[in-house]
Amino acid sequence: MHLAYPAVLSALLFCTGLYGVLARRNAILVLMSVELMLNAVNLNLVAFDVWLSRTAEDTLHSGQALTLFTIAIAAAEIGIGLAIVLAVHRNRGTADIDRLRDTAEGHESPAADGPDSDTPATGTAAEKAEASA
Amino acid sequence: MTLAQAPHGFLSPTGVEIAFLLVGLVTFGAALVTVTTRQLVHAALWLVVTLGGLAVEYLLLTAEFIAWVQVLIYVGSVVVLLLFGLMLTKAPIGRSPDADSGNRWAALTVAVAAAAALVWVVVDAFRATWIDLDGPAAGSTEATGASLFQNWVLPFEALSVLLLAALVGAIVLSRRAKAESSSPPMNSRAATKSSRTVTESSLPVPDSRENPAEQEGTR
Repeated sequence: MHLAYPAVLSALLFCTGLYGVLARRNAILVLMSVELMLNAVNLNLVAFDVWLSRTAEDTLHSGQALTLFTIAIAAAEIGIGLAIVLAVHRNRGTADIDRLRDTAEGHESPAADGPDSDTPATGTAAEKAEASA
Repeated sequence: MTLAQAPHGFLSPTGVEIAFLLVGLVTFGAALVTVTTRQLVHAALWLVVTLGGLAVEYLLLTAEFIAWVQVLIYVGSVVVLLLFGLMLTKAPIGRSPDADSGNRWAALTVAVAAAAALVWVVVDAFRATWIDLDGPAAGSTEATGASLFQNWVLPFEALSVLLLAALVGAIVLSRRAKAESSSPPMNSRAATKSSRTVTESSLPVPDSRENPAEQEGTR
């Protein structure tokens, strides 16, 4: 098999995941796109491991071992990521990453009430009301 | 590895290459639908098609153990976790018009530029390289297991510790903090918790959001 086939497919999948990470608004959809990028890396690792095991007489199988490690780390990452997203959703009532602007600079919208903890209660109540609506 | 490998023809693909190309087209198409669809649950289901297609690609590359691990972990658990996450964050069923943020054209530009650069570089670098798929499988369970437990034992054990840490961390993060008043507040929203009790009496709306979250916490 020509090595360009898996390499090109992997590059295309990675860029698809890149588009998803940059363009999606829901945090869980962003996590799905991260999974796509990790899978593209896995395909690359497997293809090059199969190639090197014949061409270079490689008996270490480092590509496949790294693929297994990547899969395990991706599973851990998705667990932690979903826990964080659920905690944010519980505190804010939304999982839209466009609206989590507390640490952003230069976006002093009234909905993002920054690190100042002495925000008037009416502001937070209005934000919660529109978040739950 | 060199240009002198004559028996491979670039314009006469083998059966494995044709199968790889077809499954690759399905995989790439499903990935595109995953990142562009406006229905959130459908995105997770198209992700299943993408990951299953990648498992078939691993089988075509004779890496059978990786293929089954992919099916078990990704299709079996990661997608289920994502669906649970969509359910718990009350994702809208059906078409949600704000699934894409406002900078999608910039994202499209970046992604297309990165794809063009990567494909160009990869094709130019591996134009005359062929994978030899004949003979014993390079990724059979025996070969993978032998290399994993002969050469990669220490990273494997470290990985089990990492998985344990991730498990404990996920539990700690998703558990509703019982001593919210004693611990220092993590963000500004928690800092206004004392004022929330005042506003809940005046506003009936935040109750509808607070109650399901408490039910999740006690579960």
